[in-house]
Amino acid sequence: MAHFEKARSLGEWFDQRLNTTGFIKVMMTEYWIPKDINFLWAMGMILAFTFKILIISGIFLLMYYKPDVDMAFDSVNYTIMQEVGYGWLFRHIHGVGASLVFLIIYIHMFTGIYYGSYKKGREMIWLSGMLLLILFSAEAFSGYMLPWGQMSYWAAYVITNIFGGIPVIGDELVVWIRGNFYVADSTLTRFFMLHVFLIPIAILGGIAFHFYTLRIPHVNNQKGEEIDFEEEANKYLTGRKKVSKVIPFWPVFMAKDVFVLSVFLFFFFYLTFYHFNFAMDPVNFDPANGLKTPAHIYPEWYFLWSYEVLRGFFFDIGGLKAADIGLVAFGFAQIIFALMPWLDKSPTVAPANQRPYFNAWFWIMIVILIILTIYGKLPPTGTNAWVGFYSSIAFILLFLALPIVTMKEAEKTASSIKPTGGKH
Amino acid sequence: MKELKIFGVITFFTLVTYWGVEPLAHSIFHPHVEPADFQFKDLEAITTTTNSDVAKGKELTSQNCIGCHSINNEGISAQVDKQTAIDNYGVFPPDLSTAGLIYESNYLANFIKHPVKAGKLEHKYDGVNKFYIMPDYSWMSNEDIHSMVAYFKSIAPTKLTNKEVFIDACGRCHNMKYDKVKADSDVTKVMGSTPPDLSMIIRSRGEHYLETFINDPQKHLKGTAMLRIGLNESAQKQVIKYLEEIGDSKKAEREAIAPYVLGFLGFMIFVSLLWKREVWSEVK
Ligand code: HEC
Ligand code: HEC
Ligand code: HEM
Repeated sequence: MAHFEKARSLGEWFDQRLNTTGFIKVMMTEYWIPKDINFLWAMGMILAFTFKILIISGIFLLMYYKPDVDMAFDSVNYTIMQEVGYGWLFRHIHGVGASLVFLIIYIHMFTGIYYGSYKKGREMIWLSGMLLLILFSAEAFSGYMLPWGQMSYWAAYVITNIFGGIPVIGDELVVWIRGNFYVADSTLTRFFMLHVFLIPIAILGGIAFHFYTLRIPHVNNQKGEEIDFEEEANKYLTGRKKVSKVIPFWPVFMAKDVFVLSVFLFFFFYLTFYHFNFAMDPVNFDPANGLKTPAHIYPEWYFLWSYEVLRGFFFDIGGLKAADIGLVAFGFAQIIFALMPWLDKSPTVAPANQRPYFNAWFWIMIVILIILTIYGKLPPTGTNAWVGFYSSIAFILLFLALPIVTMKEAEKTASSIKPTGGKH
Repeated sequence: MKELKIFGVITFFTLVTYWGVEPLAHSIFHPHVEPADFQFKDLEAITTTTNSDVAKGKELTSQNCIGCHSINNEGISAQVDKQTAIDNYGVFPPDLSTAGLIYESNYLANFIKHPVKAGKLEHKYDGVNKFYIMPDYSWMSNEDIHSMVAYFKSIAPTKLTNKEVFIDACGRCHNMKYDKVKADSDVTKVMGSTPPDLSMIIRSRGEHYLETFINDPQKHLKGTAMLRIGLNESAQKQVIKYLEEIGDSKKAEREAIAPYVLGFLGFMIFVSLLWKREVWSEVK
């Protein structure tokens, strides 16, 4: 057994047993972050914080929610919204938080793409991030079902139906997911389990893993510059803080994060109190009714772009059924972002505005995603259907073209600019 | 400053997306309709063009209406019993004590004269194969009809609570589960569609939609079985207020605490900015 002296303070007592000072150094005061970053690098901490808000508000909702098709709607809309003290506040926070988490995820993800933070050693950060995106999507989808309103029911119906398109096992798969031949009580109770237990646990694990993947490659910076972290940390620790290219996570990095977080929270609570309909669809305040199809069925805004890719193919092409093409395109859309590190053939890690071809590619992608999102909500009739069709094709072509675009760019820049770097 | 530029770009794309999935999509789902018309201009002018006689109105009412309708504040109960009425008409005909207060006068006159037309239900009841549950009184003179309206106005209370207006205007068809209001009716059988429970309707449809829907259901749901009720502006306001009291009962609380929370967060922005400046002044 190790030798223990009598501790002179409570802090020391813990330090002897848990090495708290060492832990704090490794995790906070000597965990190094590049200095040359902007507020986009605060998005990760905002996500972590918003997830915490979702967990806390979720726990309060869980105390009164009843996962039963006959009681769910009233337990949410009557018990929680009207009877429980500040129940409405927790529900609004949870609903708005679920929507905003996706806004921030998308900003975080496109920041990664813009600055090329997914390659040259950062592939695992990227993949763990994609894993989180999938988990969050599953979490949001399962949660949306719980109030058992019209949209809960019909979105569940439409989305679970998608799996029916998978060859051979499709039909059985749908029944397996629903636990019944139609969306029913068994569907609600299993999605309830997923939403409050299995997926949150997986997300916690996912976040821990995502943080761990950041350790070795470190986060990127505004110029994509390669930094010798040991040397720069040394400069910092020996007092040359101004010349050092790094800052410690605590307090310097967090000082900026807390400011960005405060601005975000102001926006968050403004929406919670005054402008929540975008996140809590009014249609979902009608109780679920399997006999009354709503005039328009659409998923939440953050799923619209991939939903539009699914339904963009609305007519049979060369013997292939429209629904099958849509399903393949949908599958493509789900996985393609994960392949970014391998589709981008250029070794350059630099912000897009310093990469001639990639810059154009990036902004075209953003515009196409927004078009898909907007048309994903509109009724797919007349010209809308064609806009959906062509933008779905454009989306797919864009990703197929990425290797060629970046290869050409690499050839072009090889002679002129240095692949990484830029002066400080 | 560079960060502000980035912030501007993100805000721009976020707002474009927001505009597309919210205002644009909603304007397509719910095309613009004309604002509520509380004069019911499509109807014949009856009350403005004739004279009235309250005593005559009282007599006509007791001859024609109380077979089906009660007038409680005159101590008159309907001759038909509740269950028979529900069996025959699907609904229990509303008590008429408050009719003079809640319905727009000229609408009321038109409803008596020709209920299907005033209620905009011609597509449901052609008067040949299918008859409306209340007979029309087009055989009466406009003056007599006006007299009945004047009579209803003379006996109406001067004020009603929001809930009372709701019960008289909507309560024969619609439930309000969260306020334990239950319509004793079997409307589905007669009308072919079920009146939804209105407990959460203020959240699902919103005030804006309700204002035009109650005033004229056909504007939003072409061909619907719900009749145009013909409430005057203040009665309709009371109904919507009631829907809000039940379906969005915490609105006042929400709006009361919002400034405190936002004020606190505004203060946090300020303090954290100072802290950031202080910490970063050492490194930059
Ligand atoms: C045969 C039975 C019967 C008679 C007689 C009758 N009514 Fe009605 N009345 C009804 C029924 C049933 C309703 C409910 C209609 C509905 O809900 O669609 C109704 C509804 C009404 C309404 C509510 C209209 C609205 O816009 O909501 C008024 C006002 C009214 N009656 C007035 C009268 C008056 C005045 C008379 C006499 C001149 C009369 N009724 C005679 C059966 C009758
Ligand atoms: C004579 C019966 C009757 C009366 C009285 C009545 N309604 Fe209705 N209402 C209906 C029916 C039937 C429907 C279903 C319509 C449909 O689905 O086409 C309906 C539907 C509605 C809807 C849903 C509309 C939508 O967008 O789906 C609202 C809101 C509503 N009524 C409000 C009211 C209010 C407020 C009143 C009182 C001022 C009222 N109704 C009085 C029969 C009635
Ligand atoms: C939803 C939960 C997520 C949390 C809590 C989270 C958290 C974080 C944190 C704290 C950082 C470091 C600081 C920063 O750069 O912001 C980070 C970096 C990063 N994350 Fe995430 N993230 C999440 C999801 C994602 C997703 C969906 C992706 C994209 C697929 C992603 C990709 C990245 C990348 C590429 C980096 C490195 C950025 C750089 O090197 O500059 N993350 N994440």
